[in-house]
Amino acid sequence: MRASATDTDERPLVELAVVTPTPSTSSPAALATGPPAPAPGFSRAVRCNAPSSASASGDGAYPGNAISTTKYTAASFLPKSLFEQFRRVANCFFLVVACVSFSPLAPYRAVSVLLPLFVVVSAAMAKEAVEDWRRKQQDIEVNNRKVEVYDGTQSFHETEWKKLRVGDIVKVKKDEFFPADLLLLSSCHEDGTCYVETMNLDGETNLKRKQSLDVTVGLSEEHSFHSFKAFIQCEDPNEKLYSFLGTLYYREQQYPLSPQQILLRDSKLRNTNFIYGTVIFTGHETKVMQNATEPPSKRSSVERRMDKIVYLLFAVLFTIASFGSIFFGIKTKAELNVGSYAWYLRPDQSSIFFDPNRASFAAFCHFLTSLMLYVCLVPISLYISIEMVKVLQSTFINQDQNMYCEESDKPARARTSNLNEELGQVHTILSDKTGTLTCNSMEFSKCSIAGVAYGSRLTEVEMSYGEIEDVSGQMHAAKSKRSVKGFNFTDGRLMNGEWAKECHRDAIEMFFRALAVCHTAIPVSDKDSIGMTYEAESPDEGALVAAAREFGFEFYHRTQTTISVHEYEPVFGKEVDRTYKLLNILEFSSARKRMSVILRTEEGRLFLFCKGADSVILERLSKDNEKSCVANTKQHIEVYSEAGLRTLALAYRELTEDDYAAWNEEYSSAKNSVHTDHDAAVEKASENIEKDLVLLGATAVEDRLQKGVPECIHKLAQAGIKIWILTGDKLETAVNIGYSCNLLRKEMEEFFVTLDNSGTNAPEGCNQEGSRMAPYEHIGRKLQDARRQISLKGTSTPFALIIDGNALTYALTGSLKDSFLDLAVDCASVLCCRMSPKQKALITRLVKTKTKKTTLAIGDGANDVGMLQEADIGVGISGAEGMQAVMASDFAIAQFRFLERLLLVHGHWCYRRIAAMICYFFFKNITFGFTLFWFEAHAMFSAQPGYNDWFISFYNVAFTSLPVIALGVFNKDVSASVCLEVPLLHQDGVNNVFFSWSRILSWMLNGLCSSIIIFFGAINAVLIQAVRQDGRVAGFDILGVTMYTCVVWTVNCQLALYISYFTWIQHFVIWGSILIWYTFLIIYGSFPAMISTTAYHVFWEACASSPLYWLSTLVIVVTALLPFFLYRVTCSLFNPQHPERVQRTNSKNW
Amino acid sequence: MVIPVLAFVGLIFIPIGLACIVSSNKVVEVVYRYDTKCVPGNMLHNKVAYIQNASIDKTCTRTLKIPRDMKRPIYIYYQLDKFYQNHRRYSTSRSDAQLREPKAAGDVAEFCKPEAFAANGRPIVPCGLIAWSLFNDTYSFARRNRLPRDGDHGPPPLTVSKRGISWPSERGHLFGKNVFPRNFQNGSLVGGGQLDPRKPLSEQEDLMVWMRTAALPRFRKLYGRMEADLVAGELITVTVRNSYNSYSYAGGEKAVVLSTAGWLGGRNGFLGRAYVVVGMACFLLALLLTLLCLVFPMKEEHLLLR
Repeated sequence: MRASATDTDERPLVELAVVTPTPSTSSPAALATGPPAPAPGFSRAVRCNAPSSASASGDGAYPGNAISTTKYTAASFLPKSLFEQFRRVANCFFLVVACVSFSPLAPYRAVSVLLPLFVVVSAAMAKEAVEDWRRKQQDIEVNNRKVEVYDGTQSFHETEWKKLRVGDIVKVKKDEFFPADLLLLSSCHEDGTCYVETMNLDGETNLKRKQSLDVTVGLSEEHSFHSFKAFIQCEDPNEKLYSFLGTLYYREQQYPLSPQQILLRDSKLRNTNFIYGTVIFTGHETKVMQNATEPPSKRSSVERRMDKIVYLLFAVLFTIASFGSIFFGIKTKAELNVGSYAWYLRPDQSSIFFDPNRASFAAFCHFLTSLMLYVCLVPISLYISIEMVKVLQSTFINQDQNMYCEESDKPARARTSNLNEELGQVHTILSDKTGTLTCNSMEFSKCSIAGVAYGSRLTEVEMSYGEIEDVSGQMHAAKSKRSVKGFNFTDGRLMNGEWAKECHRDAIEMFFRALAVCHTAIPVSDKDSIGMTYEAESPDEGALVAAAREFGFEFYHRTQTTISVHEYEPVFGKEVDRTYKLLNILEFSSARKRMSVILRTEEGRLFLFCKGADSVILERLSKDNEKSCVANTKQHIEVYSEAGLRTLALAYRELTEDDYAAWNEEYSSAKNSVHTDHDAAVEKASENIEKDLVLLGATAVEDRLQKGVPECIHKLAQAGIKIWILTGDKLETAVNIGYSCNLLRKEMEEFFVTLDNSGTNAPEGCNQEGSRMAPYEHIGRKLQDARRQISLKGTSTPFALIIDGNALTYALTGSLKDSFLDLAVDCASVLCCRMSPKQKALITRLVKTKTKKTTLAIGDGANDVGMLQEADIGVGISGAEGMQAVMASDFAIAQFRFLERLLLVHGHWCYRRIAAMICYFFFKNITFGFTLFWFEAHAMFSAQPGYNDWFISFYNVAFTSLPVIALGVFNKDVSASVCLEVPLLHQDGVNNVFFSWSRILSWMLNGLCSSIIIFFGAINAVLIQAVRQDGRVAGFDILGVTMYTCVVWTVNCQLALYISYFTWIQHFVIWGSILIWYTFLIIYGSFPAMISTTAYHVFWEACASSPLYWLSTLVIVVTALLPFFLYRVTCSLFNPQHPERVQRTNSKNW
Repeated sequence: MVIPVLAFVGLIFIPIGLACIVSSNKVVEVVYRYDTKCVPGNMLHNKVAYIQNASIDKTCTRTLKIPRDMKRPIYIYYQLDKFYQNHRRYSTSRSDAQLREPKAAGDVAEFCKPEAFAANGRPIVPCGLIAWSLFNDTYSFARRNRLPRDGDHGPPPLTVSKRGISWPSERGHLFGKNVFPRNFQNGSLVGGGQLDPRKPLSEQEDLMVWMRTAALPRFRKLYGRMEADLVAGELITVTVRNSYNSYSYAGGEKAVVLSTAGWLGGRNGFLGRAYVVVGMACFLLALLLTLLCLVFPMKEEHLLLR
């Protein structure tokens, strides 16, 4: 939401810095005639219309217009993406291990370490490559767009964007994008104006006017470029969208250039048939490309904790490796001693790695070896598995039909897959209001003219207070009428010219005239619909101009200096065309909260029309205003804003020629000043004319709530999520929207913390003596009072905190910060109004850092960008107000109500899945890794692996990878409808129940138990006796296969036991993985013995025909599963978790 | 859901366990540990010297009593303890290529050292510590209590067949048919047994058994098979030629084992006991939970694990 008078919005945070002026040394006026030596930072020299012969001045060095947004090129892909991959600690560790494994230190063959690493790294690189390929395709599409270029002789011909060069003259037609940063030379309009839409740059949908220099206006024919030669000296490429400095040297004259003449790449030509321009910046030097920065990458808290667990596993790895090394050292040292001389090891002639005489060195080598041996404790495939799972989860989010908005044809979009599970942990939602909770399609619904209120329709807010039945009939009647966008007003007294019969006819006429002329909108004659439509800076303004049209004052044409209106003339009862000479526009700014126009009527009278926030307009009224009228208007404004409407006051003033001339001088000089305080000077000048106003009345524009918002907020509140609304709106409006969207409820205790000293009183709690105190102490005392009240009343009543922007400036400083936050945390709902975008971001940061809980920011406009980027999760509403918020967001949804499903269903699932997946990953690797350790302990700590090489390397990749991915993608602990019915389930995520340290450690403990059961079960079952009827005993190979079989069965069955939602996919991958193990064993075993070594024929020959092998597998696996099984039974007996409770209630209904 | 599963596991496991126990108990096993008993009393303080002294005759004959009937085939094992065949240095000290291919005789792996080359610089086949430390005690058996009838020569010997004690894949693939031992055990330090240089490796079954390394430091390996039935109370003599050095390291027990085999293999009660214990535990748990459910009837749903 921006630029309406009731809003205090400013430019978004990220762009705040870009308007600073460039050094004044380069002021174009100061330059001498002829191309001077370039000043630093102003080296760019553009020879218009002579791009090819430009080599002399060196502008051949400027790059072409082709862009590339890819991360890699064909040549740099390999080194660069490899570097990216090995920046991860785990991967780097594996690489080091793989390198060491080529030395004789390796406990097994090097290739078996390399292969999994290769698989994992190449999978990750393939993912990068695919993503980059998509970007490449996009670049190709953009680079090959067509534009008309002057060929230097006679005519324009089409060429690709990428072939454009600095100095080229191009012709851009209506609704085309500008291919590069252009200097506007001329347009189809005689005055050289054109309109552009800069949605791709800053997200603003309104049209911006650009104007060429007067000297180039004449170049509006193709042939006129034949003799056109000019030279431009301008600033170097930079990222400042709203500034440009340069000089045009044309016909021996020099002309200063300003941003007014610059058309930026990626903005769109609108309402203008064609323009001619010359290329100044191309390709990556354009301002939009200079602006392209990667959004800050966010990581979920689960992932951050996962890193810690990986470090923990590293610690475990180092511990057991050094433990083994110490024992190995001791044993090795003793090998030569009499009584423990293991002659069969030839300790007298051993290699350096086993040398008893240098036992400490041998122990060190052993340490390296065991690092390699236990490398499987650190799950190599964890990161890539998680990434794959998250991408698939995002696909689910993207394809969820329940989050697809039919009206706008927009599905939900997970723009990043990093934060899926974070959705399930959201503790606080910080929401924008306009456009997020509301539709941001403004409708003119009421007005008050000269103290009389018009407009009979009830607003949504009024309806939400009850009596829906009563008004439904009325609603119906309203709907049956012709629906006009932005106009929802019914009152017979004003419509169809009836206003002429009212007693304040003149005031009403002036009111409508003010609506029709006091704006910056641009009329668009639309062939399909009757009358004009308008492109306005803000929806509010659009609604007002549309309202004027409906009342009979149709604004239809605007030029630089005139505004033309069809006016209904009640005297004649027909329309007359009037053209007003536009003298000045005093533009809107969030600081001024008002805008004015000064114009001269056809009769020669001078008028100033002003519209703005009631507080600023009422201050500036002349004393002649009728007291009762002002009082009435005030009262109406109050009523309107209580009804959730956005109000503006309108006023005018008739000026005398002398006054105006004097003022205009002052104003122009302020306007032309080049100081840094230019803005302040202009504002001061404006101030001088906007006084002694005559109040006309007030308008009320309704911003309707989006569908399903109250229900959604109610659900989220039930889920225990704290909701903060941060809005630029007025306190009253915000409070009323709060009520209508269920954020504030009747039973709530409200605290108002305000510093509102402008006219309207805060509903309660803001006593006058407060404003006399220093504001800081005042706020501090209020916060303390509220705290005391909360502690008195306890937790029985929910509290709501309402604070305004002024108060917040104090509340966010010093020691008040903490007490404010403490209070806010205790309140169920928090409403912050009159916020600037910067404050929004500040609050977000404060909440995020102080509560250490997950925050989600949701917004739709460019003013929310800072907030979205600051929060843990940014959700953009892909609504009407441009793409800026969506571009900065992590998730994009079409409407607010989808947030419910996004958080409670997808968030819940993703969180549970990822948490379970990671826990399980560590479980399975600990189970496996520790069987190796127990075996090594029985092999004199000689770092002998208990299994065949390839068994070890395929463990993570082949036998256990798919089920865990299926768990991460498909597992549902409860169905979607249950998630929505029992929103309290969300609290598990907020409290991080499923990824708490105790949970993680108990999974690890479970892994340890399983490994003990498997190892000792296996060695006791095969022990020393014959394992088959033919009397053969089990060697190293059979024990290894038996143990490994048990491990594969155990980890897969454990998963099956954990999974609560089975489809054929789960069955397929779990039992399939076990089957893969046996298949692998058979295939691998039938390879030549050179490759399969100890696994040669082992399954067919030795294991499959031995009942002992199968029976011991069964008992060991069942025993290894028992601890978890018992744990679950005990849990469900004594301490049932939410999902289990829900499952129970569910099963009752069956 | 939980109770039936537990009860079912119990119901399945207990019979399996009992069957295993029965099978294990049917197996008759005679273990005779001779590592100290076969050393003369005067050498007991220095067993290493005894075993390394080639001039002493190390044959030792002992009588064993068969506790129960033993049906053929009876398997003979030797059993070693604290012998780390699974030590990494040991278990990697071999060259598989060399064992299979005559051409690969020179393919002496790095790990074979120091038993890679003979004194004359030629490669040793089979190289490495495993082959070098080949077990070389021998056993022979005879019935003792059956007195010679018909006046012929002494107690009839019980023949021990050494054929087929290795795995078929070893005879067929892993050990080459035309690979003959070369330069084996002719260094200054003789480790274990000798190999017949005229027999190809594919017929040296003792070597195959020995080279299939054991997983744990305490292990048995198949020595041979005896195709004879022995009855309870029968006495047999076992003549051990004790030449393998198990004395220089601590705990180096040596034993000879006679055992029959059931469908589960040798005598080991562990599996049966494990089944019974786990089965019982499940059963008791099921019972306990049933009781809980009976006492607090509403809580049946608590045990739903889905």
